[in-house]
Amino acid sequence: MKGWLNARNVFIAIVLVALTLLPVYAGITGDRFVVTLFTRIIILAIAATSLNLILGYGGMMSFGHAAYLGIGGYAVGIFAHEGIYSGFIQWPVALIMSALFALVIGALSLRTRGVYFIMITLAFAQMAYYVVAGLARYGGDDGLTIYKRSDFAGLVNLSNKTFFYYFCLIVLYACIYIVWRLVNSRFGLVIQGVRSNETRMRAIGFPTYRYRLVCFVIAGTMCGLAGALVANHTDFVSPAMMYWTRSGDLIVMVVLGGMGSLFGPLFGAVALLVLEEVLSGVTEYWQIILGPLLLLVVLFARGGIDGLLGKVRHA
Amino acid sequence: MRKTLLAAGAALLLAAGPAAAQQKTIKIGFISTFSGPVAVIGNDMRNSFELALDHLGRKMGGIPVEVIYEDDGFKPEVGKQKTDKLIESDKVDFITGYIWSNVLLASLKSAVDSKTFLITANAGPSQLAGELCSPYVFSSSWNNDQTPQSVGLYMNQKGVKSVFLIGPNYAAGKDMLAGVASTFKGKVVGQELTKWPDQLDFSAELAKAKDANPDAVFVFYPGRAGVQFLTQYAQAGLKGKIPLYTAFTIDELSLPLQKDLALGVPGAQQWVNDLPNDANKKFVADYRKKYNSRPSFYGAQSYDAAMLINSAVVATKGNLSDKNAVRRALEKADFKSVRGNFKFGPNHVPIQNFYLQDVVKDGNEFVLKTTATIVKDFQDVHHAKCKMPAN
Amino acid sequence: MTLFIEQCLNGLQFGLLLFMLAAGLTLVFGIMDLVNLAHGSLYMIGAYFAATFTAWTGSFLLGVAIALGGTLLVGMAVEVIVMRRLYGRDHLDHVLATFGLILFFDESVRLIWGPAGLSLPLPSWLNAPVQILPGIYYSAYKLSIIIVSLAVAAGLYFLVMRTRIGMLIRAGASNREMVGALGVNIKLLYTLVFGLGAALAGLAGLMQAPILTVQIGMGEIIIILAFVITVIGGIGSIRGAFVAAIFVGLIDTLGRSYFTDLIRLAFSKETAATAAPALSSMLIYLLMAVVLVVRPEGLFSAGQK
Repeated sequence: MKGWLNARNVFIAIVLVALTLLPVYAGITGDRFVVTLFTRIIILAIAATSLNLILGYGGMMSFGHAAYLGIGGYAVGIFAHEGIYSGFIQWPVALIMSALFALVIGALSLRTRGVYFIMITLAFAQMAYYVVAGLARYGGDDGLTIYKRSDFAGLVNLSNKTFFYYFCLIVLYACIYIVWRLVNSRFGLVIQGVRSNETRMRAIGFPTYRYRLVCFVIAGTMCGLAGALVANHTDFVSPAMMYWTRSGDLIVMVVLGGMGSLFGPLFGAVALLVLEEVLSGVTEYWQIILGPLLLLVVLFARGGIDGLLGKVRHA
Repeated sequence: MRKTLLAAGAALLLAAGPAAAQQKTIKIGFISTFSGPVAVIGNDMRNSFELALDHLGRKMGGIPVEVIYEDDGFKPEVGKQKTDKLIESDKVDFITGYIWSNVLLASLKSAVDSKTFLITANAGPSQLAGELCSPYVFSSSWNNDQTPQSVGLYMNQKGVKSVFLIGPNYAAGKDMLAGVASTFKGKVVGQELTKWPDQLDFSAELAKAKDANPDAVFVFYPGRAGVQFLTQYAQAGLKGKIPLYTAFTIDELSLPLQKDLALGVPGAQQWVNDLPNDANKKFVADYRKKYNSRPSFYGAQSYDAAMLINSAVVATKGNLSDKNAVRRALEKADFKSVRGNFKFGPNHVPIQNFYLQDVVKDGNEFVLKTTATIVKDFQDVHHAKCKMPAN
Repeated sequence: MTLFIEQCLNGLQFGLLLFMLAAGLTLVFGIMDLVNLAHGSLYMIGAYFAATFTAWTGSFLLGVAIALGGTLLVGMAVEVIVMRRLYGRDHLDHVLATFGLILFFDESVRLIWGPAGLSLPLPSWLNAPVQILPGIYYSAYKLSIIIVSLAVAAGLYFLVMRTRIGMLIRAGASNREMVGALGVNIKLLYTLVFGLGAALAGLAGLMQAPILTVQIGMGEIIIILAFVITVIGGIGSIRGAFVAAIFVGLIDTLGRSYFTDLIRLAFSKETAATAAPALSSMLIYLLMAVVLVVRPEGLFSAGQK
């Protein structure tokens, strides 16, 4: 029991409890905006968690992860625009399209390494961005308003703010659980092994390319799910969701929170977005602080928030 | 039994009492663009809105007013985000501003769903006048087609037989070009939509226009792009060769940069700074005194928006919780507009005159002058598509 | 035919602009193995400096000259303060750190110059059409961009191929450890190379300023294209950057106008206008993807690793 009670676990517990009780707080204080803000944080945390799988655990630096947010989002948006509101059609398509896209990109990109991998994932994501921006029927650069949220035959009411919040929270917990199981399985050990030394893993006999590809597809699919959630949250999708700077934001979240840690992406998402809200209230030039902060994290606190927590030793 | 009813009735009255009370402040959200080359428009709108508030003594119906300005950065998704913030976090009573049609369209659902009154002080996408009309949405500007339609009518009057259309590829750009084509009786020999807002190099489109050899070229490029276009029109050797007709391309903001490139280029507008009514004379004079520059139609529309909101607050005595009463007050539009007579159509889009504006040199300055009234009491063509819901 | 020639010139002009941006990037990447996302910020700073100094001094040429010097200094300062700590680190670290730099620069510019952006008006002697062939007019300014860029390219070629510093640069691009081991002052070399790259980026920024834009975030839009060119051309190769940049410039410009016409044959004008620029951009990324799959070192690799 003693091993469980360290700073990191206490912090995680506090965060999880706070998130679960947030709508209650909102109900008491009447501040509904905080529910909207944290729904967005949770959805982005799901996206960051999926990125952490390939970036943190797998060592694959994909600069095109925001593309899946767009694919998932537009799957919902396009169907809604055409009058098909059933979530039973929209969401599976979102997941399948994300998986397919990840499969194709992964198959081609995973043959490259280092900066080339970064560039090629970026290229494919930009291509997806341009495809979507080029569709006049679905708004192009102006984006697409979604007039009705995904309908699951009346089983769930996504238009209810509190319900939607808990829905997203459950999805987040499920995704973190999935990542936990994956990472601690044989599959996960191989992936992490490839990150530290691929030649060795290959020498042992693992088909590393295939393992990485599977990991890549899982991450893409999970992010596509986040995309479908985003579409339902904002009732609006636009190509800007997929622009390369958004992929950068996701990477920042993962690194800030702590790469290769289970709850790091969640911490990173909370930290970044809360910081944005708080700082922009203080000064409109808040990014002047965020920029150097990022720099300092890279130089001195590479393990992110999770790393800092790990350093807190009991007295 | 009677005593209980009486008690219940008294309790109800007491409960109803506070609900009919006034607000402490009137909160207005203002979405515009304050960054990038088109910030000059946002600043003009903000300046005019602030001037209106000054004229009102910073109170509407005796209640102090608070305005929260937000920057949409010229992006629909950011505009929507800021709209959501204003509605949910700042809990504004009215939301206004909106330069761009695509930003407005992206933000519309949030306002309508939350039953927040939205007065667009510029953007006028045709969907808003038609199928997307809402009891909560009003326009203090126009519908996108109206201005270019007037230009089309004017070109007919001038005997123009063929025209080449150039504009940006987004909601308003498409509306503009379609607007001209709908009233113009001659032949449209070509139409080019450019990438917006990135594309500021129009050499390809100008080359195509030159090739087509039309009687006239019509162009719509708001903000800095308008300056670039006129510069490149001259550089391509077209100035003086093929007459140019414009909408929203030459205004008091871009004119100081366009200078003599704009001489002799006519445009249409529902407000020009020399309109001879009292409200306008005060507006223009005080604006020039306070800001040392001339207001544009963007500013005039923002000024009117402030006055419109004020008229509704005064009429409902600050009791904004009765949405139907507020709506009826807004529909009455009982205020002195800087464009003279102001009345709404059934779709909450103004029915108004359109004037021809020309650029003349006044000493060292270039100014816009009203030279004619093109059309009176012009109503938008989409109002039939508007099936205004009850609430 | 006139249209085609004009479009080719436009494509060439755009390509040359991109070359100047990419040249600095590829040098820094090749020699210092540094992924600098903030290169676009130097492009932006060059434009802002030019607009400001031209307004102060009243002279276009003087303003431009001071702006170039200013950007060079900013570049060298950034190298000494930030970049030095990043050498040898993981590329991920570079990406994150320079992403943070972008945020910092964007906000600093906003703080100093305000959010509205600036404008850089052309002097009248450049603001006129020039007859380059009978019946074909082209903007004098754009022509001067082409001439200046070609001169700079020639100058770079001379510098890299025929001078001692150039030799060190080429050596560093092929094998940087060896160069250090041979006793060359690597620190100074790096600072100079970075400064040179910054000056080139600033030049690109200020050249496009009068005809395009001076606004915050202008770097983010174009830096991706610069990276694409660097990858296609080959990291560390200036020759590669030149060829790739011209290619990309032509594809982008010609693609936009001719795709529009092509798509219009089958679809509405609106569909064409929305799809064409998207298509031509996609083509560029497709080209990069193909190069990466078929020949990952790029068309003219410098030979590192």
